[in-house]
Amino acid sequence: MIIPHPLLGPRDSQEFVYLGDASLINRPDWQAGDAADSFYEYQYLRDNPAGTHRELWYHEMGDRSWLIVTRNTVTHEIISAELANRQTAAAKTKSSRAGGRK
Amino acid sequence: MRYSGFRILKEGLTGNKGWRPAWRDPNPKPAYDFIVIGGGGHGLATAYYLASQFGQSSVAVLEKGWIGGGNVGRNTTIIRSNYLLDGNEPFYEFSLKLWEGLEQDTNYNSMVSQRGVFNLYHSDGQRDAYRRRGNAMMLHGADAELLDAEQLRAECPFLNFDNARFPIMGALVQRRGGTVRHDAVAWGYARGADALGVDIIQNCEVTGFRIQNGRCTGVETNRGFIAGRKIGSAVAGSSSRVMQAAGLRLPIESHVLQAFVSEGLKPIIPGVITYGGGHFYISQSDKGGLVFGGDIDGYNSYAQRGNLQVVEDVCEGGMSMMPLIGRARMVRMWGGIMDMSMDGSPIIDRTPIDGLYFNGGWCYGGFKATPASGWCFAHLLATDTPHETATAYRMDRFRTGHMIDEKGSGAQPNLH
Repeated sequence: MIIPHPLLGPRDSQEFVYLGDASLINRPDWQAGDAADSFYEYQYLRDNPAGTHRELWYHEMGDRSWLIVTRNTVTHEIISAELANRQTAAAKTKSSRAGGRK
Repeated sequence: MRYSGFRILKEGLTGNKGWRPAWRDPNPKPAYDFIVIGGGGHGLATAYYLASQFGQSSVAVLEKGWIGGGNVGRNTTIIRSNYLLDGNEPFYEFSLKLWEGLEQDTNYNSMVSQRGVFNLYHSDGQRDAYRRRGNAMMLHGADAELLDAEQLRAECPFLNFDNARFPIMGALVQRRGGTVRHDAVAWGYARGADALGVDIIQNCEVTGFRIQNGRCTGVETNRGFIAGRKIGSAVAGSSSRVMQAAGLRLPIESHVLQAFVSEGLKPIIPGVITYGGGHFYISQSDKGGLVFGGDIDGYNSYAQRGNLQVVEDVCEGGMSMMPLIGRARMVRMWGGIMDMSMDGSPIIDRTPIDGLYFNGGWCYGGFKATPASGWCFAHLLATDTPHETATAYRMDRFRTGHMIDEKGSGAQPNLH
């Protein structure tokens, strides 16, 4: 598989380490009342879809950036790749604008 | 019809006109006591033992495609019981004992060949770990034997003993381990179950579950609704897809594992050999092809094919362990989809929905477990209590902290 790195262009997936579902970025609040449940779900349960999957790849043999890659798990087609920190920064701005704490 | 040497002789003398299909092709009835989803090794074994051990005759196996078309036909055919942890070893030893009696039990030649499984070690630390594992195995009634380099050289002279990076210092051997003709396992169980009245319904895909007041009362299929008193899912590889229809999220990711076969060679490899310096395992089929594999590709996948870097990695492992295979040509390769669980161990348990039971999470060790998995799942379905060797395979063990993590690599499925 060739991953279209947003800064470095097309890179072989061999250069990357795979972590898993992109939702792993959203760590639950450890102080919340239901923290035990939400950490169980965060750590162990997965949607594991057949089809489009957003997932985390780490460019270990390259610029050591974390990417969020959108890929089809049935065909291995890679639909997009973006820097994970851009994504989380955008999500944070959005949630702080909405007044919520994520 | 009973298969025997006499039968072959008789049919041979009468023009082979008496043979009948090994199982029927029935239409689904409106209702069954037990519905097993998935006509692979585990599902068929479950149905067979439900009928033969627990006296149930109202049993259906629903298979989306044709029986044995999934992972039971896509593995490297190895059987063994060389596990370390208490939650696993009794179960896999139970399975190995069932393998030993399988052909007599099902009256079907599954070509169970106890040719031995050799796990190589390459350092003092690895030898000590294998010694400990061997002791754990023997404590649970399995056999284990630790060989040093000279003893191993007598049996496998072709190994790369003097490798500079991973010198081969010896092996942990399980003589009772070996290989089985994988397709024949599915066919043997199917024929045995069919003879005991189980309906094996192929081309019947489960599309949903009918759940009323927290109780599952049947399944929706492409051949209509089928009611069931108890419904068990044994569809490892697709577990998340099937159970999603019942509203369940599982501690499972689906990954692709590749396997390879070389051209046919004269007998060279005596048993199953696994490399301790990398992830590589190899045996030789009765047709002569070298059957080998290594790591999973490592990313979520439902495609039954993998990528080339794993091919390279596996072949490098093989070349490092036994350079002579460099002269053999690879003929076939394929991929199968694994239920990779969060601790590397399977699940055989009830679900939060009454009447719905789950068998899955086999990672890439499901084939050797087939008989015990079927037996234990049948036990659970028939009696509502776990079999004594499968009590640790709870679905909620990730919530309660009772993981069975042989490798100690944590909740990272692609590392198990």
